[in-house]
Parts: sequence; structure tokens; C-alpha cells
Amino acid sequence: MATNSAAQANVIDIKAEKIRKDLLLPVFHTSRRYYVLVFVLGAIGLPGMFVYAYQMYEGMGVAGITRPVFWGFYITNFVFWIGISHAGTLISAILRLCNAGWRRPVTRCAEAITVFALAIGAQYPIIHLGRSWLFFWLIPYPSERGIWPNFRSPLVWDFFAISTYLTGSLTFLLLPIIPDWAMVRDRATGVRKRIYTVLALGWRGTPREWHRLEVAMRIMAVTILPVAVSVHTIVSWDFAMAPVPMWHSTVFGPYFVAGAIFSGIAALIIAMALVRKALHLEEYLKPLHFDNLGKLLLVMSLLWIYFIFAERLTVWYGNQPAEMAAFWSIQRGRFAVLFWTMICCNFLIPFPILAIKKLRTIAGTVIASSTIVVGMWLERFLIVVPPLEHKYLPYDWGSYRPTWVEITITVGTFMGMILLYVLFVKFVPIISIWELKGGQHAKPIAEQANATVNPAAIRLDSTLPSTNS
Amino acid sequence: MAHRWWGMVIDLDRCTGCEACVAACHAENNIVTVGAGQAARGRTMHWIHVERYWEGEFPNIRARFQPVLCQQCDAAPCEPVCPTYASYHNPEGLNAQVYNRCIGTRYCANACPYTARYFNWFNPAWDKPLQLQLNPDVSLREVGVMEKCTFCNQRILAGEIKAKAENRELRDGEVKPACVQSCPTTAMVFGDLNDPNSQVSRMSRSVRATTLLAEVGTLPKVTYLERESSHGDE
Repeated sequence: MATNSAAQANVIDIKAEKIRKDLLLPVFHTSRRYYVLVFVLGAIGLPGMFVYAYQMYEGMGVAGITRPVFWGFYITNFVFWIGISHAGTLISAILRLCNAGWRRPVTRCAEAITVFALAIGAQYPIIHLGRSWLFFWLIPYPSERGIWPNFRSPLVWDFFAISTYLTGSLTFLLLPIIPDWAMVRDRATGVRKRIYTVLALGWRGTPREWHRLEVAMRIMAVTILPVAVSVHTIVSWDFAMAPVPMWHSTVFGPYFVAGAIFSGIAALIIAMALVRKALHLEEYLKPLHFDNLGKLLLVMSLLWIYFIFAERLTVWYGNQPAEMAAFWSIQRGRFAVLFWTMICCNFLIPFPILAIKKLRTIAGTVIASSTIVVGMWLERFLIVVPPLEHKYLPYDWGSYRPTWVEITITVGTFMGMILLYVLFVKFVPIISIWELKGGQHAKPIAEQANATVNPAAIRLDSTLPSTNS
Repeated sequence: MAHRWWGMVIDLDRCTGCEACVAACHAENNIVTVGAGQAARGRTMHWIHVERYWEGEFPNIRARFQPVLCQQCDAAPCEPVCPTYASYHNPEGLNAQVYNRCIGTRYCANACPYTARYFNWFNPAWDKPLQLQLNPDVSLREVGVMEKCTFCNQRILAGEIKAKAENRELRDGEVKPACVQSCPTTAMVFGDLNDPNSQVSRMSRSVRATTLLAEVGTLPKVTYLERESSHGDE
């Protein structure tokens, strides 16, 4: 950045009353188009649930997975969604810790992606179970069966990692929402008032409350970072711990984490652009935000191509027969089209767009992000399936083709993700109002808070410094 | 009772690829036949199957028949990955599968380098009156659980009970899994590896002895005796 950080912090300079009005508008007013959107998303997504019930009733055989490819679309989607979940908490925690001023309108968009992508992703290991109804056997509880889960199993690690991350990121999302919910409460009437009174947890906006919120956010930002990194490392160990050619690799941990952040930022950019357009937040989510996130995406794209090069080169150079079978099926066999599509989507297309300043516009970053999301899904698929098709004994090789069951469930969860986000935007101001206001003052928030008990007034009614970059 | 460590030797010089072992295994262990449609999708369930490979260059080729079943590995990759201990090592070294504990993650099947594990994609069904031929000593497996070769554990148990009733030790060769019993060329031998004088112990010390995919480090308890005659000399 050419400008200094103080100037960056003030990228948004709008009157308090306008901020409040703009950002609270979606909470108070619902257009007819909104209901149509919710209905359409639900209508496309709902069949997925029925198909899942059908799969439980009939047996796993209605899906395309077979011997030897025992994992297919479901695990691909699992890894993909857990990857997307790295959008939020990780990025927003890093930006908070670096005290990057421009982050303020972005953080909540990102954190919401994390929570919903995790909620969706965590469904997949259950959908994929042969006996879904017994998934709770992964939970260590004193049961009549008198047996613990097997703590040596990466799947049990997964269970702990994901539940920890979900709890942490939910807290990380909800904590800074409290003051905003209090603001809605003070402006609402009727049922809405009663709901938001419960949600706001009695927030009054005293200096002590502000101080505690700040401390809590700082603690959460520091603790959530190692959790986020460990989650995708453990997801990668689901593969790396098994002696399957091309899976059994030490590079998988960092490779997966890099891929996760990569796809996460891409999802964040898409979500921001959609929210910006739909809620008319052009004055809040500015080209600067897309530019900055675009640079981050550029770095991750380079890191990703480096990882895939390092992984492929060592396998090729090592030239072990078992690994080479899977390797060549990806490079120039059955999966070659998908592989080269992935390279285009993750590097060849986004790299020039993101590297050239003129192209790194809102439209440019959204195009790059869209190809990256597709490319990263393909990457997950290419990690899961081709190695399973080519395990050690050639007689036992097989092939995988998804059925309509897997496709319907996959489409269902994509719609479910969008639906959750759309609903979220209706109940929570998608841009953190108090943080946005906080960013316009030079002093820390706790010091600014005055002692009056009128909660909503505290953050918003002070006059704004008019200096800008 | 003596501490046993069950093992098997398969002599590839003797195997003719007749697949009698496959049929016997199906009959003994109540393994479902999945039908043509499912078989075409690769969902056959043969706890033991005969893999056929061609050796050499045309026209000097010959078929190599290799029966592959669960290798009952001492360092079994399927065991640590199972989140519910459905796959575990029993005291006699058998790699046991507890159907009731299995929730169907299918992780074990991915981890198994021999692809020797089979999943119940649907509930098993037998056309009447075929249900009458089911073996009462072997439990049926429901949809969503993993299954695999048990070394005919029910026969081992029956043999031990019989020996105990007659107040004697189990004799070498007394217990035979269905595949071993049905092999017309006696290419398969089963017994206690802890007894250095058992036939299976003696044969597993043969110079021809190899294990399948030794490089993966699974320490299998099935030993293959490589073919003696070098190829192309028939």
C-alpha cells in the first residue's frame, strides 16, 4: 500500500446516522424479492434432504462409491467445505491481530462464512457413514457399550478438531454481534424487540462491557489461529495417515492449510460482492477491500502452485510403481482433463487477473475467485478419488462415477450454504456497525466509551473526524 | 490353552485358479451374492478372490493365479484408523471385525493395501429357499457395515471347544478354514505359527516364502510360496 495505515483506517467516512440507517435496513425491511430468493434456494436445496433419507433407507449403494473407491463426492465436499471455512475466522483473526484498519467492514462477512461452511462441511462425514444414525459413537461418553472411541483414529481427531473449531468460530462470530443486536433491540418494537432483547444478552454499553468485549476478542483472535491451522491439518491427515499411494505424504498438512485459506478468501470475495450488490453497500465495501483481498489471494495462488509442484515433482522423481499409477492417471489419463482444468482455474486464469493492478477490480477479483472455488473443489476431488482407484494390486483397480444421489445432495448443501447466509444477513447487520464506527476514531474503543447508559447512542452519536486519505 | 498365532501359507505353484475356495468361502460365511448389476459396478463380495496376472511378453506369457484374502496383518493399517474399534487385533493375532461396532466410515477399506475389505452397500437378501442354506454359526451383516475374511473364526472356536471337551490339545491341521478344506490341489495350509513344528510354520520358512506387498510393512500372516518354475520353460 502506498498510503499509510492511518489513512487506510479511515477508508470509510460516513455520517453515523447514515451508517446506522444503511446497515440496519435489511434487518427491518424485507422485500418481496427476498422471500422469492429464500423460496428458490429452499426449493433447490430441499430435495437433497429427501435424497439423504432415501440413501439411509435403501443403503449406501444408491451412491456411486464402490470398491475400491470407498470415498467419493461426500468426502470431497467435506474437505472442500472445511477449506472454505478458513475464510473467516482465520483471515479475520489475522487482520484483527495486525490491526489492519480496512478489515472492519469485512470481518463479519468472513466469520459468518466460517460458521456456515463448517456446519455444512461437518454434515458430510455423517451423510457418508454407512450407518449414519450411529454417528454419536465418535463421541467419548460413558455408554452401555463400555468402550471409548479409538483415539488413534484420524476420524476421531477430526471430530474433536471440527467441534472445537465450530465452537470457537461461533463464539468469535457472536461476541462482536452483541452490541449490534443491542442496537437493533433499542430500535425495534413488538416480537422483534423481544427476540433481540434475548439475543443482546442485556448489553448496555458500559465502558466495562466494552473493555471486556475487546479483551475477549483479542483472546479469541489469538486462540482461534492455531485451532484453524490444526483443523485442516487434521483433515489432511485423514488421507496422509493411510498407506495409500499419493495420500501418504508429509506435505499434506501445510498443502491442505494453504489450499483452505486460498479457497476461503475466494469464497469471501464472492460473498462480499454479492452482499455489496444486494444490500447496496457500495459505500462500505469499496474497491480497496477487493484490491487488498485480491493481493492476499494472489499470494495464496502462488503458494498453492508451489505446493502442488513440490508434491507432484517428488512423486514423479521418486518413481514408485504404486504411486506412478495414480500419478499418471491424473496427469494424462482419465483425470487429465480435470487436472488441467484445475491448474487453469487455480493459477493460469486468476494469476494474471490478480497480478495486474488494472485487472484487480471488483469484477476481476470476483472472476478470479469463482474459478478458484471451482478449481479447489476439483483439487479435493483429485486428491480423494484417483489414488483410491489405483491402489497397490492392479487386479483390484476400479473406477468411480457419482450417481444422481451424490449430485443432488451436493447441490442441496451448496444451496443450503447460500440459504444460511441469506438468512443470516436478515437477522444480523452484515457489517459490524460498532466496529466500523470504532475505526473512525484514533483512540481505542474502551477509552471513547462514555458513561451514559443509553446503549446505542454511545458508539454512534459522537462526531466523526473528517480527515481522510 | 496354548497361545496361538494363526497363519496361512498359499503355494502358488499348486494354485490352478479354480476358485473352489471362493465358492466355499461364500457358502461357509453367508456372503451375499450381489447380482450382475452390482457386480458390474465392482461391488462383488468375495472374502477370498483369485487375482490373475499375466507374466512375460507375448507369446511367452503365462497366467499367475494369486488367491488374495485378508492377510491378517500384525501391523494392520485398518486397525488404528477405525474410530470405533470395530477393527481390532484379537489375542490370537486375528484381525477381527466387530460388525456391531461398525458405523461404516469405510476408512479401513481405504487403508487396506490389499483391498481385502468389503462393504455392505445394501441389506443382504437371499432368494427363497436359499436362506435355508445359511450357516447358523456365522452372523449375517446388515447394511452399512464392513466385513472381511475371518480365517473362519467359527471353525477355530468349534475346534477349540471340541478339543477342550476331549481334554486334549488342538492338533495341527485339525482346524481348516473353508477355503483350505476345499482346495483340490492343497495349495493352502492353515495352522498355528507359534508352533515351530506345525506344517504352516515349516512351509513359511521355505526359501520360496514371500509376503504380499512386504514393502508396505503390514507384517501379513499369509505367506505365499513363489512359483519355482521360471517362466517360459513349459
